Amino acid sequence: MISHADLEAELSYLQRYALAQLRDRDAANEVVQETVLAALESGDSFNGKSSLRTWLTSILRFKLVDRLRRKGKEVLFESLEDETDDSDFDGLFSKDGHWQDKIKAWSGPEESLMSRQFWEVFERCSELMPRRTAMAFVMREVMGLDIAEICNNLDITATNCSVLLYRARMSLRECFEIRWTGEARA
Amino acid sequence: MNINCRQASRLISQGLDQPLNQWDHIRLRVHLWMCGNCRQFSHQLQVLQQSARKAGRGE
Repeated sequence: MISHADLEAELSYLQRYALAQLRDRDAANEVVQETVLAALESGDSFNGKSSLRTWLTSILRFKLVDRLRRKGKEVLFESLEDETDDSDFDGLFSKDGHWQDKIKAWSGPEESLMSRQFWEVFERCSELMPRRTAMAFVMREVMGLDIAEICNNLDITATNCSVLLYRARMSLRECFEIRWTGEARA
Repeated sequence: MNINCRQASRLISQGLDQPLNQWDHIRLRVHLWMCGNCRQFSHQLQVLQQSARKAGRGE
């Protein structure tokens, strides 16, 4: 049996996770509620082999994918044209397409540290991203869906999907870099 | 024939999602041999992908 206190302790994590995907607080809360209810109903199937968080996350992920399949295309989006243009990164490159500045190695951050900080950085960073760009990233990298499924969920072509992912990665890379460079100076 | 860093960065991202066609694969490999910045960039995108996956599994 899972204790209600343990469950409650994971709520904010689940909300954060759902919000990153749905970017709508009400919708996120709705899915988290469904997840918690499903967890309580099937509490016996939690075998304690994985952590409670991992188990809850797997239920939440299932619910999110399911919701996307049903509702993905209903969501209103900005014009796709604006999102599939990568000219906002012009400043990173010289005219002939070379990196303007040297790409510095990320010292400090180990992978484990990065995954712990991931949501925090992602939340702030994704606020600046167009909605569909952030969603494509979450579907691909957080939920591990393949391109075909993402195209289908967002109703876009594979080429557009690649551009969205490229943009999301470029932005996130910069966000993480700023964070660590900042920390290194402090 | 040759690709610049900007084109390489797009291919690096694409390669994380699906296998590149043979020609792009070779062009990228050659570019990476010669370009430390792009090797670093490529490594960073991989770290980003792995940490997102981990976060996605609730780890």
